[in-house]
Parts: sequence; structure tokens; C-alpha cells
Amino acid sequence: MKIGVLVKQVASGESPLRIDTSGKWVVEESIDFTTNESDSYALEEALQIIERSGGAGEVVVISMCPAERTPKIIREALAKGGHRAIHIQEEAPYETDPFMVASIFAEALKDESFDLILSGLQSDDLGSGQTGVILGELLGMSTATLVMGVELQKGKLRVKRELESGWFQWVTLPFPACITIQSGLNQPRYPSLKGIMGAKKKEIKSIAKSDVKGSGTPMQEFSRMYTHKAEKRTEMIEGSTDQIVDRMIDIFKKNIKVI
Amino acid sequence: MDILVILEGANGAIHRISKEAVAAAQALGKDLNQKVSVLVFGKNSDNLSKEAASFKVDEVLLVEDDNLKSYSADAYAETVKQIVEKESPKFVLTGYSYLVRDFFPKVSARLQKPLITDVTGYKVEGSKTLFTKQVLHGKLTVDIETKVDGPVLVGFQSAAYSLDNLEKGSAKIRTAEVTLDSAQLKTTSEEPFQEESGGVDLTSADKIVSIGRGIGKEENIPMINDLAAALKAEIGASRPIVDSGWLPNSHQVGSSGQSVTPNLYLALGISGAIQHVVGMKGSKNIVAINRDPDAPIFEVADYGVVGDILEIVPKLTEALKNQ
Repeated sequence: MKIGVLVKQVASGESPLRIDTSGKWVVEESIDFTTNESDSYALEEALQIIERSGGAGEVVVISMCPAERTPKIIREALAKGGHRAIHIQEEAPYETDPFMVASIFAEALKDESFDLILSGLQSDDLGSGQTGVILGELLGMSTATLVMGVELQKGKLRVKRELESGWFQWVTLPFPACITIQSGLNQPRYPSLKGIMGAKKKEIKSIAKSDVKGSGTPMQEFSRMYTHKAEKRTEMIEGSTDQIVDRMIDIFKKNIKVI
Repeated sequence: MDILVILEGANGAIHRISKEAVAAAQALGKDLNQKVSVLVFGKNSDNLSKEAASFKVDEVLLVEDDNLKSYSADAYAETVKQIVEKESPKFVLTGYSYLVRDFFPKVSARLQKPLITDVTGYKVEGSKTLFTKQVLHGKLTVDIETKVDGPVLVGFQSAAYSLDNLEKGSAKIRTAEVTLDSAQLKTTSEEPFQEESGGVDLTSADKIVSIGRGIGKEENIPMINDLAAALKAEIGASRPIVDSGWLPNSHQVGSSGQSVTPNLYLALGISGAIQHVVGMKGSKNIVAINRDPDAPIFEVADYGVVGDILEIVPKLTEALKNQ
């Protein structure tokens, strides 16, 4: 089984975010970049699928990002067990149209003939949640999203899809398939020391985004970025820990009346 | 056709999030002076089309086909694609449920038209209609502009529009046809099912102490149990806590878990991603403690503390015990 896994480098949840001079993106220098959370689960699932089928096969790590900041997450994915990597090198301004992102992946990956492509269900930065599905469509693969469980059957795949409020649905789809993974379906592994050493020797194929044909022009673009207004007037409680606790007790008693 | 809303059925009725999308479409229709139509599709969808006809819309399109009896991403996407090609709406709106998420991007791919997802609102500026969504862990907002002629596809975030604004009326129903080739339908689905929740019902709780990634490690959970006991509160959690296996699924609050409306919701170390907020913003009083002053949870909180929960919680528990 030949599996491709899309991993994206995104700003961590605790990164300080300042809007840049274009007014459409953030200042990248102050950002702490990390692997998109659901992509880590997708990589783990790919590694486990290969292990479950007796170790035969290949996991190819695929990422589109600027040349200078992606190798860290690619190396990490290779250290965890990915066999090789494809890095589509992007230049600023970064692509925010999910259809174009998927078109670039489709063009760059079409000759790989993957049996299965996995990605996280959405990125923590742009959150469009479409790239995996559109990529599958463009490559003529079957698709499923929000996957919380994977069963391999003869020539096909049975996956457990998450619906809202604790509901699920099993879906069966033929190979080749492109599925997007919901976080929580497995426990992503940490790279071993041996894995980290071994990763240095693994192949990373770099492709310039501008060399990928057929990417066209974006159909949607950020017009402006801003901080949203609070929905409520929030009373901020300040002071020493004791003062904060006293004020909270006061609020519980007098304002909310729960004690 | 001007604005078309794609409706989703759920247990024999129209899904709440689809009705919210109709409310959004009615507002957009007024602002742009455009008519709103809705699409119902399935097999034996009489109930759904009658319910749809009770909304204040121009017309209800009804598609019935044997291939739409149960969910198939390919059949659903192909149906919407063919109707959009035939009717040429300017906007195709839908409520972005976990089912719609599975097939709507396929419609975008097949039509080669833009899809904007998890939209919380729109802005009409001159001849342009921009759609608004949150990005970067919910900390920032963007207005998105489209660059194409023809339909723009939009998926609205759950609870972005209120059902209170859904206008009632009486619309006519028009039957429409699509051609679905069963050989082209790759996926098959089984009946949806609900997993055993394990008995924690947060929906009727008066007080909830809810924890997120900010509690740091599993070893800190007993401290939260003590606080909840002192406050006589139930314990809730955001998704990362459940994903890590620190608490069972049944404690999860948010779009994948329970939607709660307690008198007190005490959010500890929860950043406030929109998937969590939609499940708790109806709480009567929200108190949030987080060490990140920019955490979006503070936007919905009535009371906020920027601080370390590991320092504050033990003292708060002590103080509650002394009351």
C-alpha cells in the first residue's frame, strides 16, 4: 500500500499574532510554527495502516510551505516513520484559496498513483477543511471526511465518520481513496532517537510551486484581516491570587448566585 | 435564480443548522434585493419539502431519486452540482454540518467555483459581497472576497444565525430532476448511530467546571475534581482533553459533544476555539481563566481572569469549602 500524508506547518495556538502591513496576514517572525494537530493524527494512522498490513508499503510525507520553515515538520514526520517526503516550496504571499492549493497538490502528486491519501480534517490556521476532499476529486479518488476509525477490507476501506453530538456513521469506499482524519482517533507517537538519526538520510524531493503547472488564479482571497469585537462586555478580574479568589467568590455569591 | 439554500434532513425534519442558513439567506436576500429558493433532496421527502414550504422563500425545489435514499457523498454532490448548473444561482448557501462538510467541497471541485466555509456573517460593500470567518485558532477574523462570475458556495458556521430570525411564509414546491449514474457513486453508508455516552448529561447541569489544554497534564485532573466537588458542579472538557484520553467522550462540550446552557460555566484553560464556543455560549454566566490574554474565550466571557489555573484553582477550592 502506498500512502501519501499531507502535513501542514501552522502557527501554534499560543503564538502571539500581529497583523502585518498588508492587513491580510500576520507577522511571521513572532510565530512559533508546529505541525497542524489533525495532520499528526493522519500521519499516525498512515503508519499504523502500514504496520497492520505487515509493514509492506510506503508512507510519503507531503507538505506545501516556504522553503525556510517547513523542513522541521517534514524531518519530524520522517523521524516518526515516514519513508520519504515531497516538499512543494511556496513563496509569499501564501496561497489561501483551498481549490488552488488542492489543484497544486493534484498536479504535483498525480504521477505518484497513491492508493490512499490522508490529511487532517482542516488546518488550524485557515480552517477551510476542503483541501483533502477537492484533491481526492481532482485525482478521481473516493473521499470521506472526519474519520475516527479505519478498517481495511479487501480492495476497499470502511471508515467511521464523526457526525455532531456523539453520532457516527460507517462509510465504505473503494481504493484509491482520499480521507481526512479527525483528531483523537489514535495516539500519535513520538520520534525515537533512532528515527531521528535515520530521518537525516531519507529523501526529501523539493518542487518549486511556480514549476507546478495548472495552478491558475485564485477564486477567493482575503480582503482584510482584523481582531473581532467581543460579543460581551467582560469584567476582567485582576490582582494577587488571593484578591482574584475573593472577587470570584463574591461574584459566585452575589452576581451569579450559585453558592 | 438568485440565492439557493441546500437543506439537510435529520431524523425526518430539516436540520437546525440548515434552518439557520435559511435565516442567513433571508437576511442576505433583503440586503441584495434577491429572491431565496431552497433545495430539498432525498427519497420520500414529503415531510421535509412541506416543512421547507413553511419558510418565507420564493420556492422549494424538490429532487427525489432512489440513489438518494441513504447518504452518499457522490450522489449528494452530483445532485447539488446538476441543480446549480440548471438553475444558475448567484449564491449557494448551506449550514456547514458534519455531513455537509463531507460532500460540499466536492461540489466546489466539480463546478470549479469557490467555497467559503465556517462563515459567521457577510458584508455588502458596493457591488461586492464579502464573507467573514475566523482564522488562526479563532483569534483573528478575515473578510473573504471572491473573484469569479457565477455561483459562490458558502457554508455557515453552526449558530452564526439565530433561528429566532427565520421568517415563516408559504412557498410553492417545484419538482426538479437530476440524472445519477449509480456506477459513479463510489461510497456507500450505513445508518448513523450514537455511541454510549457513559451517562454524563451536561445539558441539564446548573454548574459546569470545564477544562482545556491549559491544565497541562493528566495529573492535574484531581485538582479539578476537588473544585467541582466544592462547587457541586459537573465536569466538562474541550476536545483536546478527550482526544488525550484524560476524560471520557461524554464530558466533551462543543460541536462534536454536548451543547450546554448552565447558570455557571467556569472555563479553565480553554482557549475558546469556535467548535467549543458554539456548545457553551448559551450559558447564562461564563467565567474564564486563561493565561493567554488574547484567548478568544474572553470574547464570550462575562468575567475573565488572565492567570495560572494551577495557582488559582486550589485556593478557589479552599475558599469554596469555607463558605
